[in-house]
Order: sequence, then C-alpha cells, then structure tokens
Amino acid sequence: MREHLAREINRLKRMIGTLATGAETAVRQAVEAAMQRDAELALAVIENDGVLDREEITIEEECLKILALHQPVAGDLRYIITFLKVNGELERIGDLAVNIARRAVEMAERDEVPGELIDFGPQVTLVRRMLKQALDALVARNCLEANEAIQLDVEVDRMNSENFRRALALIAKYPGFAATYIDAMFISKHLERIGDCTTNICEDVVYLELGKIVRHGGQTAGA
Amino acid sequence: MNAEAKTGDAPVKISVRNLNFFYTGGHQALFDNCLDIRANRITAVIGPSGCGKSTHLRVYNRIYELYRGQRAEGEVLIDGRNILSPDVDVLELRRKVGMIFQKPTPFPMSVFDNIAYPMRLHFKLSRSEIADRVENALRGASLWDEVKDKLKKSGLALSGGQQQRLCIARAIAAEPEILLMDEPTSAVDPVATLKIEDLVLELREKFTVVIVTHNMQQASRISDYTAFFYKGEIIEYDTTDRIFTNPSHKKTEEYITGRFG
Repeated sequence: MREHLAREINRLKRMIGTLATGAETAVRQAVEAAMQRDAELALAVIENDGVLDREEITIEEECLKILALHQPVAGDLRYIITFLKVNGELERIGDLAVNIARRAVEMAERDEVPGELIDFGPQVTLVRRMLKQALDALVARNCLEANEAIQLDVEVDRMNSENFRRALALIAKYPGFAATYIDAMFISKHLERIGDCTTNICEDVVYLELGKIVRHGGQTAGA
Repeated sequence: MNAEAKTGDAPVKISVRNLNFFYTGGHQALFDNCLDIRANRITAVIGPSGCGKSTHLRVYNRIYELYRGQRAEGEVLIDGRNILSPDVDVLELRRKVGMIFQKPTPFPMSVFDNIAYPMRLHFKLSRSEIADRVENALRGASLWDEVKDKLKKSGLALSGGQQQRLCIARAIAAEPEILLMDEPTSAVDPVATLKIEDLVLELREKFTVVIVTHNMQQASRISDYTAFFYKGEIIEYDTTDRIFTNPSHKKTEEYITGRFG
C-alpha cells in the first residue's frame, strides 16, 4: 500500500517535471519569437499550449484519484496538495507564454522599430532561473532554495518597472511605433506575472516541507 | 516523549499525570503517560498493535483491576479527583466512565433488559421511569427506530452493528460522563461503522469520548484530538487536524503515512 503510493507520487513528480519543461520552453520560445519577429515560432507556442492544458488536466485527475484511493495524510497529503497547486501555476505560466506569443505575432506583422526594441533577455533569463530553482526546490523539498528563488522576484519586478519606463521613453521618441512598444510593455508585464506564479510555486514548496502557509506574509485565517 | 495538546478549546475532563502501568510479573506497558482529555470532545488514541492504547484506556475506569497482578502508578484525575486513589468507589467510577469493547457484548437477555439492567443496578426507578429511560437510551444510540418493535427479543438476535449500538445504549443508560471505546467498529461492516461514527459524533454533545482505533481514517474523521502511542509512550498529542496534516514528530508521520505499524 505504502510503496504503491510512493510509486504514484514519483510518477506525479515526473509528470509535473514534463509540464514544467513544457511551460519553461513556451516562455523561452515566446520571448525569442517577440525579439526575433518570428511569427511562425510564436504560432507554434500558441498551438502547443493545448498539450500543456491536457497535461494539466491529466495531473489533476491523477491527484484526485490518489486523494480518493489512497487518502494520504501528513507529508504525503501535502505532496499531493502541492502538486495540485503547482500544476495550476504551471498551466498559468503556459497561458502567459501564449499571451506573449500573441503579442509577438502582432509585433512581427508590423514594421520593425527604428531603434532597439526592449531587451527582454535579462528578465527572461532571470524568470527561467527562478522557475528552474523553484522546480528543483520542489523535487528536493528544499525550502532554502525556494526562499532564494522568491528573493529573485524582486529583481524581476524591478526589471519590469525599468522596461515600462524605457518603453514610455521610446513611445515619446517614436510615436509612430507606439503599438509595438505597448506590446513590449505587455510582454514585460507577462514576464513579471510569470515571476509571481513562480513565487507561488516556491511558497507551495515551503508549505510542502514545513506545513506552513507563507502566502500573504504568512497570515493565518482570521488574523 | 510525552506531549499535551497546547490548544485546548474545552475544559480538561481527564488529566493523566505520569501514568505507568505494569502487567503481572512486572512487565511495564506504559511509561510516564501525561495527557489532558478535553470535556465534550472526541479524543482518538492511535498507535501500532501492542503500543499500550487499550492498556491506557483501561486505567480510566480501573477495569484492569479485574485481572490479578496488574497495577497502575501515577495519577488519573477525573474532574480533579485521582481515580487511582484506593478510596474511590469503583462501581460509581465505572458508572461515570462507561466502556464499549471491540466485540459487541450484549447480555443474553432481551433488548429491553439489556438497557434496563444497569439502570436497576445504579438507580432506584419505577417501571415507567425505566421504560422511558430505555427508550431515551435507545434513541440516544440511534437504535430506537430499528428495535422498538422487538424490545422483547434477545439482544443477541440483532445484527453486529445493532448489537454494538445496543451496547452504547446500555452504557448511556447508566448516565456516564465519559465513554471509552476500544476499537468499537473493528467487528462491524462499513455501513454499520459509519452509523456508529455518526452516533459517536452526536454523543460528543453529552459525553467526553475517548476512542482507541486502528482505523486511521476513522480517527481523522471523527476525533477532535489525537494521541499517538508507541511502545507505551505518548509520542505526540495534538489536535487531529494538525496530527493528520503536519505532525510534529517523525515517528507520528511515519506511522500515519503507513511507513510502519
């Protein structure tokens, strides 16, 4: 019975890993498509989102099945609950990648901006690092690593503010290309939201390991 | 290590202080047990076979004294009075602290007399008073509707689940304050188990319930507090939701997740 549950949990870990890889790839490719004006790559990201959605549903069904059939408690219960929540965050990250890809398609259809576009490179690198660290923390049940990843979100937010200011300046300078720069602002915002989703995953890892809910500054119900 | 629930939401009914228990020949079965059982709450006692759960429970009404050579040391305070004290009236103690066993133990007499018997033992009542109280006890045990037309039939003719509820009714009839249940559903089917669990939840309104169970789901379903016993020691005692979502002790976690036991 116990070994059976352990096998199911390991299988879920692998499924979450696959979904995470898919979500992370979608983010990387969507940003690349925006920066390279590659509509074909952007469309591929949009099309592939259906695969991530199906994976999310499969994982949810597996979690519900385990809850019903094994009735896990304590650490095992927290594992399944965490998988359910991380599953939702990863699917949301996939959706945000689709939002970026849609902007990329529109940007590719317009004339190329005269000056440089916003460089999302550092922001997307940091977001991907956060995501990788969050998933490593999940697999290793490592709160320290999860907390480190949470700290990175501050820098992701700062980069978003910086991109915003820069886009506004470029709109003032090249008003004829405002639509593209607004798209760029949205892409930066989506990356910032992906950072938030990743922070949520990290907070779930803390719950998994310590059994403490640390969202919203660790407030308890009724506090 | 002994532990006490830190988040008591009701007054303490039973306070166990440094309880040690010895079987015949001096074999020690309980080690320095300390526990505060809250009034009108259901406390589940869990742990692997032979860990001392039932032994601990049997101290609360001194039923162990029916066996020669067994002895308890320490204090068990019920409403502040040490029931291990030699001057305690054991018959009165057992009226106050009723017990339900693993296998239903109806007396070989009618359904009615099964309930009336303890009343005649403990109280001086008229026939009509006894009849009223029998009905109340059977209603209290959610059995009245099923047996009201067969009160004169033998208690042994009832189904296993009904027999167990009859025993609960019999215990209730003595107007106890505490009900001890030693694996009360291990000998009945799943439907009867759920009926008894519903009944236990209702009984909480009037009684303090302590239930020994091997069924982890049962403990998590119905109890407010859970004590985890291991090798005669209380490893952890806390609210049931905490024990089953985030236990403090590794041993508790290993047991409730099925890694041993």
